[in-house]
Amino acid sequence: MIAQDKFFWLTGGIAAILLVASIAGWLLGLRVKSENGRAVVDNLNARVRAWWIMVVVFAVAFLLGKVATIVMFALVSFFALREFLTLTPTRGSDHRALSLAFFILIPVQYYLIGIEWYALFSIFVPVYGFLLLPSLSALTQDAEHFLERNAKIHWGVMVTIYCISHVPALLLLDIPGYAGQNALLLFYMLLVVQMSDVLQYVFGKIFGKTKIAPVVSPSKTVEGFVGGAAGATLIGAGMWWITPFTPLQAAGMAFVTVLMGFLGGLVLSAVKRSLGAKDWGTMIKGHGGMMDRMDSVSFAAPIFFHLTRYFFTP
Amino acid sequence: MWLSKLLIGLVRILVGASPRWVGSTPSQAQRIYFANHSSHIDTVALWSALPPDLRTRTRPVAAADYWNRDAIRRYVSLKGLNVVFIERTRADHSADPLQPLVEALERGDSLIVFPEGTRHMQALPGPFKAGLFHLAARFPDVELVPVYLENLHRCMPKGTVFPVPLICTVRFGAALSRIANESKAAFLERAREAVVELA
Repeated sequence: MIAQDKFFWLTGGIAAILLVASIAGWLLGLRVKSENGRAVVDNLNARVRAWWIMVVVFAVAFLLGKVATIVMFALVSFFALREFLTLTPTRGSDHRALSLAFFILIPVQYYLIGIEWYALFSIFVPVYGFLLLPSLSALTQDAEHFLERNAKIHWGVMVTIYCISHVPALLLLDIPGYAGQNALLLFYMLLVVQMSDVLQYVFGKIFGKTKIAPVVSPSKTVEGFVGGAAGATLIGAGMWWITPFTPLQAAGMAFVTVLMGFLGGLVLSAVKRSLGAKDWGTMIKGHGGMMDRMDSVSFAAPIFFHLTRYFFTP
Repeated sequence: MWLSKLLIGLVRILVGASPRWVGSTPSQAQRIYFANHSSHIDTVALWSALPPDLRTRTRPVAAADYWNRDAIRRYVSLKGLNVVFIERTRADHSADPLQPLVEALERGDSLIVFPEGTRHMQALPGPFKAGLFHLAARFPDVELVPVYLENLHRCMPKGTVFPVPLICTVRFGAALSRIANESKAAFLERAREAVVELA
């Protein structure tokens, strides 16, 4: 099967799943009586609708090609960083550093992916960003909470720019026997992470009893995690045919991806709480903000990228 | 107008500027929206938070000494935002600086005003100037709607050239009640409090 066919099977399959979800949500809406249940079903339907939009946006970007895909993720970083910094207390003296993060770091990081300059891409934010951002802040002579402010800004930049940029960075890997199909690998990684999130939500709602981290993330349960992780790993293994992996390798990659996604959700939930918020934003109806959807991706993407690079490229 | 659409699009990408109707709802009633002022984005942010059909009847008030200074700013102000210019410095003491605003209200337009008169660096508004009081006295039937622009003092504080994109919400409060024979100072403080309460 050529890459084009695989892509159409993939999007067709996802559309079919979403169609089932939309119909199920509609049927649940007819049956539900209690007020509490109504709220859950409304949120579920809002989430499914948002999924339709997200899948269409992703699919169109992939069809348009590499540049469109990179630009789309640059925008994802932009909106994610915007949410992160909105909740982060910064001061007027950080203004230049913040402008640099939005208008220099994001374009350069994604440009480096575009021109396939791997060496600089992999150190640009942690080295140059790390050194330049506090320098700009220090020049304004404002020492109040200096370390806290800069630590928070750097943390936000690392998660929203550096980590998320590892998703489109999959396009620059030269995997033997897989030329021209990297976009499918990108799709695969996102599919595994998001299916894991969705299945954890579903299993948690149905079987969830034992909370994993009641303080940090009250909706995460052991039952939800086990069911979601097993389900997403199986889906990942079953989708081996769009990847350069064997079915067993695909299961392993999917499992690691799911674990990292879980940790990302947990860590960013803790960050969100320490900043005093419940959701990152309101951009994606039913889900919250961009970061509520990208939290698990931001942790899974760099590890997925480096494992693929280490084991599957010469 | 393409320029209005461009300005609104830019502001939405930068700061979102989504509306929260806390104490009032969008309405065709003639209104004066008064808000805190901390950045150049404020006017477009508030304007773009209004529904499109209200936007065409709602005109921001802008300082003539700044926005009418050169051809580009004048073009953006008049064509893009349909502003009403106000003179902050009075050359002719017999002329009423509020006259252009009065004319706009008499035509039935709604207005957006920033009663602090200039941009402030803080999250909360400073003391209000008297213009709002005089307009309120002259037009007793116009609704006075307080608006709080959140976060914009962080996006583009006075003196900076590049904005920082942070999410801004535009909160519309309940219309200010009218109290007969209220003193100017009491009215202006009450109006300021109404904006502060939305913060």
